[in-house]
Amino acid sequence: MARLIAQRLFNSAVSIALVSIALFLIFELSPETVAADALGQYSTREQRDLWLAANGYFEPMHVRFLDWVRRCVTGEFGQSRLYNRPVSDVLGPRLAASATLAALFFSVLIPLSLGLGIAAGMREGSMLDRGISFASILTTSVPPFASAVLLTAIFVFWLGLLPGTSSMVDGFRWKELILPAAVLLLYDFGYLARITRASMADVMQTAYIRTAALKGLPDWWIIFRHALRNALIPPFTVIMLQINWLIGGVVVVEFFFAYKGFGSLILEASLTHDLFLLQACTAVSVLLAVGTQTIADIGYGLLNPRIRVAAAK
Amino acid sequence: MTDATKAQTTPTLRSLLAESPILIAGLSILGFWLMVAILAPWIAPFRPNENLVPMALPGQRTPDGRLMLLGADHLGRDVLSRIIYGGRTVLTYAPLATLCAYSVGVTLGLIAGYKGRWIDELLSRFADLVLAFPVIVLYIVIIQKFGASGLNILIAVTLASSPGIMRLVRGVVLDLRTRAYVSAAQMRGESTFYILFVEILPNARGPLIVDACLRLGYVTITIGTLGFLGLGIPPPTPDWGSMINESRHFALVFPHMAVFPCLAVSSLVLGFNLIADGLRELSLAD
Repeated sequence: MARLIAQRLFNSAVSIALVSIALFLIFELSPETVAADALGQYSTREQRDLWLAANGYFEPMHVRFLDWVRRCVTGEFGQSRLYNRPVSDVLGPRLAASATLAALFFSVLIPLSLGLGIAAGMREGSMLDRGISFASILTTSVPPFASAVLLTAIFVFWLGLLPGTSSMVDGFRWKELILPAAVLLLYDFGYLARITRASMADVMQTAYIRTAALKGLPDWWIIFRHALRNALIPPFTVIMLQINWLIGGVVVVEFFFAYKGFGSLILEASLTHDLFLLQACTAVSVLLAVGTQTIADIGYGLLNPRIRVAAAK
Repeated sequence: MTDATKAQTTPTLRSLLAESPILIAGLSILGFWLMVAILAPWIAPFRPNENLVPMALPGQRTPDGRLMLLGADHLGRDVLSRIIYGGRTVLTYAPLATLCAYSVGVTLGLIAGYKGRWIDELLSRFADLVLAFPVIVLYIVIIQKFGASGLNILIAVTLASSPGIMRLVRGVVLDLRTRAYVSAAQMRGESTFYILFVEILPNARGPLIVDACLRLGYVTITIGTLGFLGLGIPPPTPDWGSMINESRHFALVFPHMAVFPCLAVSSLVLGFNLIADGLRELSLAD
Protein backbone atom coordinates (compact mmCIF):
# COMPACT_ATOMS: atom_id res chain seq x y z
CA MET A 1 0.00 0.00 0.00
CA ALA A 2 2.84 2.34 0.86
CA ARG A 3 4.25 1.65 -2.56
CA LEU A 4 0.97 2.57 -4.22
CA ILE A 5 0.83 5.85 -2.31
CA ALA A 6 4.46 6.63 -3.10
CA GLN A 7 3.87 5.86 -6.77
CA ARG A 8 0.80 8.11 -6.97
CA LEU A 9 2.55 10.93 -5.12
CA PHE A 10 5.49 10.65 -7.49
CA ASN A 11 3.17 10.80 -10.52
CA SER A 12 1.49 13.89 -9.13
CA ALA A 13 4.84 15.52 -8.45
CA VAL A 14 5.86 14.88 -12.07
CA SER A 15 2.53 16.33 -13.27
CA ILE A 16 2.99 19.45 -11.18
CA ALA A 17 6.58 19.87 -12.35
CA LEU A 18 5.49 19.59 -15.99
CA VAL A 19 2.59 21.96 -15.45
CA SER A 20 4.85 24.52 -13.81
CA ILE A 21 7.19 24.42 -16.81
CA ALA A 22 4.21 24.83 -19.15
CA LEU A 23 2.86 27.74 -17.11
CA PHE A 24 6.27 29.39 -17.06
CA LEU A 25 6.50 29.11 -20.85
CA ILE A 26 2.97 30.45 -21.36
CA PHE A 27 3.32 33.38 -19.00
CA GLU A 28 6.95 34.43 -19.08
CA LEU A 29 8.36 33.46 -22.46
CA SER A 30 8.03 36.97 -23.87
CA PRO A 31 9.08 39.47 -21.18
CA GLU A 32 7.85 42.31 -23.37
CA THR A 33 4.18 41.39 -22.80
CA VAL A 34 4.85 40.80 -19.10
CA ALA A 35 6.12 44.37 -18.78
CA ALA A 36 3.19 45.68 -20.78
CA ASP A 37 0.80 43.82 -18.48
CA ALA A 38 2.55 45.01 -15.34
CA LEU A 39 2.88 48.68 -16.30
CA GLY A 40 -0.18 49.11 -18.45
CA GLN A 41 -0.44 49.68 -22.17
CA TYR A 42 0.50 53.37 -22.00
CA SER A 43 3.95 52.77 -20.53
CA THR A 44 6.94 53.79 -22.65
CA ARG A 45 9.65 51.52 -23.96
CA GLU A 46 12.22 52.92 -21.43
CA GLN A 47 9.88 52.36 -18.51
CA ARG A 48 9.30 48.76 -19.58
CA ASP A 49 13.02 48.10 -19.97
CA LEU A 50 13.73 49.58 -16.53
CA TRP A 51 10.99 47.45 -15.00
CA LEU A 52 12.26 44.31 -16.74
CA ALA A 53 15.82 44.98 -15.53
CA ALA A 54 14.63 45.69 -11.98
CA ASN A 55 12.62 42.45 -11.86
CA GLY A 56 15.41 40.29 -13.22
CA TYR A 57 13.92 39.56 -16.61
CA PHE A 58 17.25 39.96 -18.40
CA GLU A 59 18.64 37.01 -16.44
CA PRO A 60 19.16 33.74 -18.35
CA MET A 61 16.16 31.46 -18.80
CA HIS A 62 17.04 28.84 -16.16
CA VAL A 63 17.61 31.49 -13.47
CA ARG A 64 14.22 32.97 -14.24
CA PHE A 65 12.61 29.54 -14.17
CA LEU A 66 14.08 28.74 -10.75
CA ASP A 67 12.87 32.12 -9.55
CA TRP A 68 9.36 31.30 -10.80
CA VAL A 69 9.47 27.96 -8.97
CA ARG A 70 10.60 29.76 -5.79
CA ARG A 71 7.69 32.17 -6.10
CA CYS A 72 5.24 29.29 -6.55
CA VAL A 73 6.61 27.42 -3.55
CA THR A 74 6.84 30.36 -1.15
CA GLY A 75 3.56 31.88 -2.32
CA GLU A 76 5.19 35.26 -2.92
CA PHE A 77 3.67 35.89 -6.30
CA GLY A 78 4.28 39.62 -6.26
CA GLN A 79 1.99 42.61 -6.18
CA SER A 80 -1.51 42.53 -7.65
CA ARG A 81 -1.90 45.50 -9.95
CA LEU A 82 -5.70 45.44 -9.70
CA TYR A 83 -5.85 45.48 -5.88
CA ASN A 84 -2.47 47.11 -5.22
CA ARG A 85 -1.73 44.54 -2.51
CA PRO A 86 0.37 41.38 -2.32
CA VAL A 87 -1.31 38.61 -4.31
CA SER A 88 -1.40 36.24 -1.33
CA ASP A 89 -3.39 38.80 0.72
CA VAL A 90 -6.02 38.97 -2.03
CA LEU A 91 -6.09 35.23 -2.62
CA GLY A 92 -6.69 34.03 0.97
CA PRO A 93 -10.14 35.48 1.66
CA ARG A 94 -11.32 34.66 -1.86
CA LEU A 95 -10.34 31.01 -1.46
CA ALA A 96 -12.12 30.88 1.89
CA ALA A 97 -15.28 32.31 0.32
CA SER A 98 -15.26 29.71 -2.45
CA ALA A 99 -14.56 26.96 0.07
CA THR A 100 -17.73 27.99 1.92
CA LEU A 101 -19.72 27.73 -1.30
CA ALA A 102 -18.11 24.37 -2.13
CA ALA A 103 -18.83 23.05 1.37
CA LEU A 104 -22.51 23.94 1.04
CA PHE A 105 -22.56 22.37 -2.43
CA PHE A 106 -21.02 19.07 -1.31
CA SER A 107 -23.06 18.84 1.88
CA VAL A 108 -26.25 18.81 -0.22
CA LEU A 109 -24.87 16.99 -3.28
CA ILE A 110 -23.51 13.90 -1.52
CA PRO A 111 -26.59 12.85 0.48
CA LEU A 112 -28.96 13.81 -2.34
CA SER A 113 -27.18 12.09 -5.24
CA LEU A 114 -26.06 9.02 -3.32
CA GLY A 115 -29.54 8.61 -1.85
CA LEU A 116 -31.26 8.88 -5.22
CA GLY A 117 -28.66 6.71 -6.95
CA ILE A 118 -28.85 3.94 -4.34
CA ALA A 119 -32.65 3.98 -4.36
CA ALA A 120 -32.72 3.80 -8.17
CA GLY A 121 -30.00 1.12 -8.38
CA MET A 122 -31.76 -1.15 -5.87
CA ARG A 123 -34.73 -1.52 -8.16
CA GLU A 124 -33.54 -1.20 -11.74
CA GLY A 125 -36.25 -0.22 -14.22
CA SER A 126 -38.65 1.06 -11.56
CA MET A 127 -40.53 4.34 -11.91
CA LEU A 128 -38.02 6.06 -9.61
CA ASP A 129 -35.13 4.70 -11.68
CA ARG A 130 -36.59 5.93 -14.97
CA GLY A 131 -37.58 9.25 -13.42
CA ILE A 132 -34.03 9.89 -12.19
CA SER A 133 -32.50 8.94 -15.54
CA PHE A 134 -34.83 11.31 -17.35
CA ALA A 135 -34.33 14.14 -14.87
CA SER A 136 -30.57 13.83 -15.10
CA ILE A 137 -30.54 14.05 -18.92
CA LEU A 138 -32.69 17.16 -18.60
CA THR A 139 -30.65 18.89 -15.88
CA THR A 140 -27.24 18.13 -17.39
CA SER A 141 -28.48 19.77 -20.60
CA VAL A 142 -28.98 23.13 -18.92
CA PRO A 143 -25.56 24.82 -18.73
CA PRO A 144 -24.80 26.47 -15.37
CA PHE A 145 -24.93 29.97 -16.88
CA ALA A 146 -28.41 29.24 -18.24
CA SER A 147 -29.75 27.79 -15.00
CA ALA A 148 -28.33 30.83 -13.17
CA VAL A 149 -30.41 33.10 -15.40
CA LEU A 150 -33.49 30.87 -15.26
CA LEU A 151 -33.41 30.40 -11.49
CA THR A 152 -32.88 34.15 -11.02
CA ALA A 153 -35.84 34.88 -13.27
CA ILE A 154 -38.06 32.50 -11.28
CA PHE A 155 -36.97 33.05 -7.68
CA VAL A 156 -35.88 36.69 -7.82
CA PHE A 157 -37.93 38.32 -10.57
CA TRP A 158 -41.26 36.47 -10.40
CA LEU A 159 -41.43 35.11 -6.86
CA GLY A 160 -39.19 37.68 -5.17
CA LEU A 161 -38.05 35.07 -2.63
CA LEU A 162 -34.27 35.30 -2.84
CA PRO A 163 -31.64 38.01 -3.37
CA GLY A 164 -30.40 38.21 -6.95
CA THR A 165 -26.77 38.99 -6.11
CA SER A 166 -24.43 37.38 -3.63
CA SER A 167 -21.95 40.20 -3.12
CA MET A 168 -22.34 39.97 0.71
CA VAL A 169 -22.16 43.77 0.99
CA ASP A 170 -24.09 43.72 4.30
CA GLY A 171 -21.90 41.00 5.78
CA PHE A 172 -22.23 37.26 5.34
CA ARG A 173 -25.75 35.98 4.73
CA TRP A 174 -26.60 32.32 4.04
CA LYS A 175 -29.55 33.42 1.94
CA GLU A 176 -27.21 34.81 -0.71
CA LEU A 177 -25.48 31.44 -1.06
CA ILE A 178 -28.66 29.52 -1.91
CA LEU A 179 -28.91 30.41 -5.61
CA PRO A 180 -25.20 29.91 -6.46
CA ALA A 181 -25.19 26.52 -4.72
CA ALA A 182 -28.50 25.57 -6.36
CA VAL A 183 -27.11 26.30 -9.84
CA LEU A 184 -24.09 24.05 -9.23
CA LEU A 185 -26.28 21.32 -7.74
CA LEU A 186 -28.80 21.37 -10.55
CA TYR A 187 -26.13 20.68 -13.15
CA ASP A 188 -24.22 18.08 -11.19
CA PHE A 189 -26.57 16.00 -9.01
CA GLY A 190 -27.93 13.95 -11.92
CA TYR A 191 -24.47 12.93 -13.06
CA LEU A 192 -23.39 11.67 -9.64
CA ALA A 193 -26.77 9.97 -9.14
CA ARG A 194 -26.35 8.12 -12.44
CA ILE A 195 -22.85 6.93 -11.52
CA THR A 196 -24.11 5.72 -8.12
CA ARG A 197 -27.11 4.03 -9.74
CA ALA A 198 -24.99 2.16 -12.29
CA SER A 199 -22.56 1.01 -9.62
CA MET A 200 -25.35 -0.04 -7.25
CA ALA A 201 -27.16 -1.90 -10.03
CA ASP A 202 -23.95 -3.82 -10.84
CA VAL A 203 -23.41 -4.80 -7.23
CA MET A 204 -27.02 -5.90 -6.74
CA GLN A 205 -26.58 -8.48 -9.51
CA THR A 206 -23.53 -10.14 -7.97
CA ALA A 207 -23.56 -13.60 -6.50
CA TYR A 208 -22.75 -12.54 -2.95
CA ILE A 209 -25.82 -10.30 -2.78
CA ARG A 210 -27.98 -13.18 -4.02
CA THR A 211 -26.37 -15.44 -1.43
CA ALA A 212 -27.14 -12.92 1.31
CA ALA A 213 -30.74 -12.64 0.13
CA LEU A 214 -31.10 -16.45 -0.02
CA LYS A 215 -29.74 -16.75 3.51
CA GLY A 216 -32.81 -14.73 4.49
CA LEU A 217 -31.01 -11.63 5.68
CA PRO A 218 -33.20 -8.53 5.93
CA ASP A 219 -33.02 -6.02 3.03
CA TRP A 220 -31.52 -3.19 5.05
CA TRP A 221 -28.76 -5.49 6.30
CA ILE A 222 -27.92 -6.59 2.75
CA ILE A 223 -27.84 -2.99 1.51
CA PHE A 224 -25.82 -1.50 4.33
CA ARG A 225 -23.49 -4.37 5.24
CA HIS A 226 -22.84 -5.88 1.82
CA ALA A 227 -23.90 -3.75 -1.14
CA LEU A 228 -22.89 -0.20 -0.19
CA ARG A 229 -19.28 -1.05 0.63
CA ASN A 230 -18.59 -1.93 -2.98
CA ALA A 231 -21.20 0.24 -4.64
CA LEU A 232 -19.79 3.46 -3.19
CA ILE A 233 -16.26 3.08 -4.57
CA PRO A 234 -16.93 4.61 -8.03
CA PRO A 235 -19.01 7.53 -6.64
CA PHE A 236 -16.20 8.32 -4.19
CA THR A 237 -13.74 8.71 -7.06
CA VAL A 238 -16.21 10.79 -9.02
CA ILE A 239 -16.84 13.10 -6.06
CA MET A 240 -13.13 13.78 -5.73
CA LEU A 241 -12.80 14.41 -9.45
CA GLN A 242 -15.67 16.92 -9.25
CA ILE A 243 -13.23 19.52 -7.95
CA ASN A 244 -11.85 19.97 -11.45
CA TRP A 245 -15.34 20.57 -12.81
CA LEU A 246 -16.39 22.60 -9.78
CA ILE A 247 -13.71 25.22 -10.40
CA GLY A 248 -15.33 25.89 -13.78
CA GLY A 249 -18.83 25.98 -12.31
CA VAL A 250 -17.65 28.27 -9.56
CA VAL A 251 -16.22 30.76 -12.10
CA VAL A 252 -19.62 30.95 -13.79
CA VAL A 253 -21.83 31.33 -10.70
CA GLU A 254 -19.49 33.69 -8.88
CA PHE A 255 -19.32 35.88 -11.98
CA PHE A 256 -23.10 35.91 -12.40
CA PHE A 257 -24.01 36.44 -8.75
CA ALA A 258 -21.07 38.81 -8.08
CA TYR A 259 -19.84 36.54 -5.27
CA LYS A 260 -16.36 37.52 -4.12
CA GLY A 261 -14.70 34.13 -4.41
CA PHE A 262 -11.81 32.41 -6.14
CA GLY A 263 -13.70 31.86 -9.40
CA SER A 264 -14.55 35.50 -9.94
CA LEU A 265 -10.99 36.45 -8.94
CA ILE A 266 -9.39 34.33 -11.66
CA LEU A 267 -11.72 35.86 -14.23
CA GLU A 268 -11.03 39.40 -13.01
CA ALA A 269 -7.29 38.70 -13.14
CA SER A 270 -7.61 37.48 -16.72
CA LEU A 271 -9.86 40.28 -17.99
CA THR A 272 -7.74 43.04 -16.40
CA HIS A 273 -4.41 41.42 -17.42
CA ASP A 274 -3.26 41.32 -13.78
CA LEU A 275 -0.49 38.86 -14.55
CA PHE A 276 0.85 37.97 -11.09
CA LEU A 277 -2.65 37.45 -9.78
CA LEU A 278 -3.50 35.24 -12.75
CA GLN A 279 -0.31 33.21 -12.26
CA ALA A 280 -1.15 32.64 -8.62
CA CYS A 281 -4.75 31.68 -9.36
CA THR A 282 -3.67 29.26 -12.08
CA ALA A 283 -1.06 27.67 -9.84
CA VAL A 284 -3.58 27.25 -7.00
CA SER A 285 -6.25 25.76 -9.27
CA VAL A 286 -3.83 23.25 -10.81
CA LEU A 287 -2.63 22.31 -7.33
CA LEU A 288 -6.24 21.76 -6.25
CA ALA A 289 -7.04 19.66 -9.31
CA VAL A 290 -3.92 17.49 -9.14
CA GLY A 291 -4.20 17.19 -5.35
CA THR A 292 -7.77 15.91 -5.37
CA GLN A 293 -6.97 13.58 -8.25
CA THR A 294 -4.15 12.09 -6.18
CA ILE A 295 -6.44 11.69 -3.17
CA ALA A 296 -9.01 10.01 -5.42
CA ASP A 297 -6.39 7.56 -6.75
CA ILE A 298 -5.05 6.70 -3.32
CA GLY A 299 -8.52 6.49 -1.80
CA TYR A 300 -9.62 4.18 -4.60
CA GLY A 301 -6.70 1.91 -3.78
CA LEU A 302 -7.54 1.94 -0.07
CA LEU A 303 -11.20 1.16 -0.67
CA ASN A 304 -10.74 -1.46 -3.35
CA PRO A 305 -9.03 -4.61 -2.00
CA ARG A 306 -8.20 -5.85 -5.51
CA ILE A 307 -6.03 -2.80 -6.24
CA ARG A 308 -4.63 -2.81 -2.71
CA VAL A 309 -3.47 -6.41 -3.06
CA ALA A 310 -2.16 -5.93 -6.59
CA ALA A 311 -0.12 -2.95 -5.42
CA ALA A 312 1.35 -4.90 -2.52
CA LYS A 313 2.77 -7.57 -4.81
CA MET B 1 -17.86 -2.12 -28.97
CA THR B 2 -18.62 -2.82 -32.60
CA ASP B 3 -17.86 -6.32 -33.70
CA ALA B 4 -16.48 -6.51 -37.22
CA THR B 5 -18.07 -9.85 -37.93
CA LYS B 6 -21.58 -8.70 -37.00
CA ALA B 7 -23.96 -8.23 -39.90
CA GLN B 8 -24.79 -4.56 -40.39
CA THR B 9 -28.49 -3.83 -40.62
CA THR B 10 -29.82 -0.53 -41.86
CA PRO B 11 -32.72 0.41 -39.59
CA THR B 12 -35.73 2.09 -41.12
CA LEU B 13 -37.16 5.23 -39.56
CA ARG B 14 -40.17 3.34 -38.26
CA SER B 15 -38.16 0.65 -36.50
CA LEU B 16 -35.88 3.34 -35.06
CA LEU B 17 -38.87 5.19 -33.62
CA ALA B 18 -40.13 2.00 -32.03
CA GLU B 19 -36.71 1.12 -30.67
CA SER B 20 -35.50 4.48 -29.49
CA PRO B 21 -37.95 7.37 -29.13
CA ILE B 22 -35.16 9.22 -27.29
CA LEU B 23 -32.97 9.21 -30.40
CA ILE B 24 -35.83 10.50 -32.54
CA ALA B 25 -36.58 13.26 -30.04
CA GLY B 26 -32.92 14.32 -30.06
CA LEU B 27 -32.69 14.24 -33.86
CA SER B 28 -35.88 16.32 -34.09
CA ILE B 29 -34.49 19.03 -31.81
CA LEU B 30 -31.21 19.13 -33.73
CA GLY B 31 -33.08 19.14 -37.05
CA PHE B 32 -35.22 22.04 -35.85
CA TRP B 33 -32.18 24.17 -34.97
CA LEU B 34 -30.41 23.22 -38.19
CA MET B 35 -33.42 24.39 -40.21
CA VAL B 36 -33.59 27.60 -38.18
CA ALA B 37 -29.88 28.27 -38.76
CA ILE B 38 -30.01 27.54 -42.49
CA LEU B 39 -33.19 29.53 -43.11
CA ALA B 40 -32.21 32.41 -40.80
CA PRO B 41 -32.35 35.25 -43.37
CA TRP B 42 -35.83 34.17 -44.49
CA ILE B 43 -37.49 33.45 -41.15
CA ALA B 44 -35.94 36.14 -38.92
CA PRO B 45 -38.34 39.08 -38.64
CA PHE B 46 -35.51 41.64 -38.38
CA ARG B 47 -31.83 41.94 -39.15
CA PRO B 48 -29.83 40.76 -36.10
CA ASN B 49 -28.05 44.07 -35.49
CA GLU B 50 -30.93 46.42 -36.35
CA ASN B 51 -31.65 48.92 -33.53
CA LEU B 52 -35.38 49.15 -32.94
CA VAL B 53 -36.96 49.83 -29.54
CA PRO B 54 -34.54 49.45 -26.56
CA MET B 55 -35.80 47.23 -23.71
CA ALA B 56 -39.00 46.37 -25.60
CA LEU B 57 -41.02 43.72 -23.75
CA PRO B 58 -42.08 40.49 -25.45
CA GLY B 59 -45.02 41.12 -27.76
CA GLN B 60 -44.36 44.87 -28.08
CA ARG B 61 -44.48 46.43 -31.56
CA THR B 62 -42.05 48.72 -33.35
CA PRO B 63 -43.33 52.24 -34.22
CA ASP B 64 -44.17 50.98 -37.72
CA GLY B 65 -46.26 48.18 -36.25
CA ARG B 66 -44.06 45.12 -36.65
CA LEU B 67 -44.26 42.55 -33.85
CA MET B 68 -41.24 41.79 -31.65
CA LEU B 69 -42.36 38.40 -30.36
CA LEU B 70 -39.63 37.98 -27.73
CA GLY B 71 -38.93 41.69 -27.15
CA ALA B 72 -35.70 43.58 -27.71
CA ASP B 73 -32.42 43.95 -25.81
CA HIS B 74 -30.85 47.08 -24.30
CA LEU B 75 -29.72 48.27 -27.74
CA GLY B 76 -33.14 47.67 -29.21
CA ARG B 77 -32.16 44.58 -31.19
CA ASP B 78 -34.91 42.01 -31.71
CA VAL B 79 -34.24 39.05 -29.37
CA LEU B 80 -35.95 36.47 -31.62
CA SER B 81 -33.90 37.51 -34.67
CA ARG B 82 -30.68 37.41 -32.68
CA ILE B 83 -31.52 33.92 -31.38
CA ILE B 84 -32.22 32.75 -34.94
CA TYR B 85 -28.95 34.18 -36.26
CA GLY B 86 -27.12 33.03 -33.10
CA GLY B 87 -28.12 29.49 -34.09
CA ARG B 88 -25.86 29.92 -37.11
CA THR B 89 -22.94 30.95 -34.90
CA VAL B 90 -23.23 28.05 -32.47
CA LEU B 91 -24.02 25.44 -35.14
CA THR B 92 -20.93 26.58 -37.03
CA TYR B 93 -18.47 26.74 -34.17
CA ALA B 94 -19.58 23.77 -32.05
CA PRO B 95 -19.36 21.14 -34.82
CA LEU B 96 -16.22 22.75 -36.26
CA ALA B 97 -14.47 22.79 -32.87
CA THR B 98 -15.55 19.20 -32.15
CA LEU B 99 -14.29 18.15 -35.58
CA CYS B 100 -10.91 19.81 -34.99
CA ALA B 101 -10.61 18.19 -31.56
CA TYR B 102 -11.55 14.82 -33.07
CA SER B 103 -9.08 15.05 -35.96
CA VAL B 104 -6.24 15.72 -33.54
CA GLY B 105 -7.45 13.38 -30.78
CA VAL B 106 -8.21 10.43 -33.08
CA THR B 107 -4.91 10.71 -34.96
CA LEU B 108 -2.85 10.90 -31.76
CA GLY B 109 -4.89 8.13 -30.12
CA LEU B 110 -4.44 5.81 -33.11
CA ILE B 111 -0.70 6.42 -33.15
CA ALA B 112 -0.30 6.08 -29.37
CA GLY B 113 -2.36 2.90 -29.20
CA TYR B 114 -0.87 1.23 -32.28
CA LYS B 115 2.77 2.24 -31.97
CA GLY B 116 2.99 2.00 -28.18
CA ARG B 117 6.37 2.35 -26.45
CA TRP B 118 7.97 5.79 -26.21
CA ILE B 119 5.51 7.50 -28.57
CA ASP B 120 2.63 6.29 -26.39
CA GLU B 121 4.48 7.31 -23.24
CA LEU B 122 5.20 10.80 -24.61
CA LEU B 123 1.67 11.43 -25.89
CA SER B 124 0.05 10.07 -22.74
CA ARG B 125 2.26 12.29 -20.57
CA PHE B 126 1.26 15.30 -22.64
CA ALA B 127 -2.42 14.34 -22.28
CA ASP B 128 -1.98 14.06 -18.50
CA LEU B 129 -0.41 17.50 -18.50
CA VAL B 130 -3.36 19.12 -20.28
CA LEU B 131 -5.91 17.18 -18.25
CA ALA B 132 -4.27 18.35 -15.00
CA PHE B 133 -5.61 21.84 -15.68
CA PRO B 134 -9.15 22.65 -14.67
CA VAL B 135 -10.69 23.11 -18.14
CA ILE B 136 -11.97 26.61 -17.50
CA VAL B 137 -8.54 27.79 -16.37
CA LEU B 138 -7.07 26.48 -19.62
CA TYR B 139 -9.62 28.50 -21.60
CA ILE B 140 -9.11 31.63 -19.52
CA VAL B 141 -5.32 31.45 -19.87
CA ILE B 142 -5.42 30.78 -23.63
CA ILE B 143 -7.99 33.47 -24.39
CA GLN B 144 -6.18 35.96 -22.13
CA LYS B 145 -2.92 35.25 -23.90
CA PHE B 146 -4.13 35.20 -27.50
CA GLY B 147 -7.31 37.27 -27.42
CA ALA B 148 -10.97 36.40 -27.98
CA SER B 149 -11.79 35.34 -31.53
CA GLY B 150 -13.50 32.50 -33.33
CA LEU B 151 -10.21 30.94 -34.37
CA ASN B 152 -8.78 31.06 -30.84
CA ILE B 153 -11.93 29.38 -29.51
CA LEU B 154 -11.38 26.56 -32.00
CA ILE B 155 -7.75 26.25 -30.88
CA ALA B 156 -8.65 26.33 -27.19
CA VAL B 157 -11.40 23.70 -27.54
CA THR B 158 -9.10 21.47 -29.62
CA LEU B 159 -6.31 21.72 -27.08
CA ALA B 160 -8.62 21.06 -24.14
CA SER B 161 -10.70 18.23 -25.62
CA SER B 162 -8.29 16.25 -27.79
CA PRO B 163 -6.41 14.61 -24.87
CA GLY B 164 -9.66 13.06 -23.62
CA ILE B 165 -10.51 11.82 -27.13
CA MET B 166 -6.96 10.53 -27.52
CA ARG B 167 -7.27 8.44 -24.35
CA LEU B 168 -10.56 6.96 -25.49
CA VAL B 169 -9.22 6.06 -28.94
CA ARG B 170 -5.99 4.70 -27.49
CA GLY B 171 -7.95 2.36 -25.22
CA VAL B 172 -10.03 1.02 -28.11
CA VAL B 173 -6.96 0.58 -30.34
CA LEU B 174 -5.08 -1.37 -27.67
CA ASP B 175 -7.94 -3.86 -27.88
CA LEU B 176 -8.33 -3.86 -31.67
CA ARG B 177 -4.70 -4.09 -32.73
CA THR B 178 -4.51 -7.74 -31.71
CA ARG B 179 -7.34 -8.72 -34.07
CA ALA B 180 -6.75 -11.04 -37.00
CA TYR B 181 -7.67 -8.49 -39.67
CA VAL B 182 -4.95 -6.16 -38.41
CA SER B 183 -2.37 -8.96 -38.57
CA ALA B 184 -3.63 -9.80 -42.06
CA ALA B 185 -3.13 -6.22 -43.20
CA GLN B 186 0.34 -6.16 -41.64
CA MET B 187 1.17 -9.38 -43.47
CA ARG B 188 -0.03 -7.93 -46.78
CA GLY B 189 2.46 -5.14 -46.17
CA GLU B 190 -0.06 -2.31 -45.91
CA SER B 191 1.23 1.05 -44.71
CA THR B 192 0.73 2.12 -41.11
CA PHE B 193 -1.53 4.91 -42.35
CA TYR B 194 -3.75 2.40 -44.17
CA ILE B 195 -3.94 0.09 -41.16
CA LEU B 196 -4.80 2.92 -38.77
CA PHE B 197 -7.42 4.71 -40.84
CA VAL B 198 -8.88 1.94 -43.01
CA GLU B 199 -8.64 -1.16 -40.81
CA ILE B 200 -8.77 0.05 -37.20
CA LEU B 201 -10.67 3.35 -37.22
CA PRO B 202 -13.90 2.06 -38.86
CA ASN B 203 -14.07 -0.70 -36.26
CA ALA B 204 -13.59 1.73 -33.40
CA ARG B 205 -16.48 3.95 -34.47
CA GLY B 206 -19.12 2.64 -32.03
CA PRO B 207 -17.93 4.24 -28.79
CA LEU B 208 -16.56 7.23 -30.74
CA ILE B 209 -19.92 8.23 -32.21
CA VAL B 210 -21.63 8.24 -28.80
CA ASP B 211 -18.74 10.21 -27.32
CA ALA B 212 -18.84 12.68 -30.23
CA CYS B 213 -22.52 13.48 -29.59
CA LEU B 214 -21.92 13.97 -25.87
CA ARG B 215 -18.92 16.12 -26.71
CA LEU B 216 -20.91 18.22 -29.17
CA GLY B 217 -23.28 19.08 -26.32
CA TYR B 218 -20.37 19.79 -24.05
CA VAL B 219 -18.62 22.01 -26.61
CA THR B 220 -21.90 23.89 -27.10
CA ILE B 221 -21.94 24.53 -23.34
CA THR B 222 -18.28 25.58 -23.46
CA ILE B 223 -18.79 28.06 -26.30
CA GLY B 224 -21.85 29.42 -24.49
CA THR B 225 -19.89 29.72 -21.25
CA LEU B 226 -17.04 31.58 -22.96
CA GLY B 227 -19.53 33.99 -24.51
CA PHE B 228 -21.25 34.38 -21.14
CA LEU B 229 -17.93 35.20 -19.44
CA GLY B 230 -17.10 37.79 -22.11
CA LEU B 231 -14.35 35.62 -23.62
CA GLY B 232 -16.31 34.45 -26.65
CA ILE B 233 -16.85 35.51 -30.21
CA PRO B 234 -16.56 39.32 -30.18
CA PRO B 235 -19.69 41.49 -30.61
CA PRO B 236 -21.77 42.37 -32.54
CA THR B 237 -21.92 38.80 -33.98
CA PRO B 238 -25.13 37.31 -32.59
CA ASP B 239 -24.10 34.54 -30.18
CA TRP B 240 -26.30 33.02 -27.47
CA GLY B 241 -23.66 33.15 -24.74
CA SER B 242 -22.72 36.75 -25.51
CA MET B 243 -26.41 37.73 -25.56
CA ILE B 244 -26.72 36.48 -22.00
CA ASN B 245 -23.50 38.24 -21.01
CA GLU B 246 -24.63 41.58 -22.44
CA SER B 247 -28.07 41.42 -20.83
CA ARG B 248 -27.17 39.94 -17.45
CA HIS B 249 -27.08 43.40 -15.80
CA PHE B 250 -30.74 43.82 -16.73
CA ALA B 251 -31.70 40.25 -15.82
CA LEU B 252 -33.38 41.36 -12.58
CA VAL B 253 -35.61 43.88 -14.36
CA PHE B 254 -35.98 42.58 -17.92
CA PRO B 255 -35.37 38.83 -17.66
CA HIS B 256 -36.70 38.18 -21.19
CA MET B 257 -33.45 39.42 -22.76
CA ALA B 258 -31.47 36.61 -21.10
CA VAL B 259 -34.08 33.90 -20.54
CA PHE B 260 -34.81 33.12 -24.20
CA PRO B 261 -31.18 32.60 -25.28
CA CYS B 262 -30.80 30.34 -22.21
CA LEU B 263 -33.75 28.23 -23.33
CA ALA B 264 -32.29 28.07 -26.84
CA VAL B 265 -28.87 26.82 -25.75
CA SER B 266 -30.37 24.35 -23.24
CA SER B 267 -32.66 22.85 -25.87
CA LEU B 268 -29.79 22.37 -28.33
CA VAL B 269 -27.62 20.68 -25.69
CA LEU B 270 -30.59 18.52 -24.73
CA GLY B 271 -30.85 17.49 -28.38
CA PHE B 272 -27.21 16.36 -28.50
CA ASN B 273 -27.52 14.53 -25.16
CA LEU B 274 -30.69 12.71 -26.23
CA ILE B 275 -29.01 11.60 -29.47
CA ALA B 276 -26.02 10.30 -27.50
CA ASP B 277 -28.29 8.48 -25.05
CA GLY B 278 -30.40 7.00 -27.83
CA LEU B 279 -27.34 5.78 -29.74
CA ARG B 280 -25.89 4.23 -26.59
CA GLU B 281 -29.18 2.45 -25.93
CA LEU B 282 -29.22 1.12 -29.49
CA SER B 283 -25.61 -0.07 -29.34
CA LEU B 284 -26.30 -1.85 -26.04
CA ALA B 285 -29.39 -3.49 -27.53
CA ASP B 286 -27.40 -4.95 -30.44
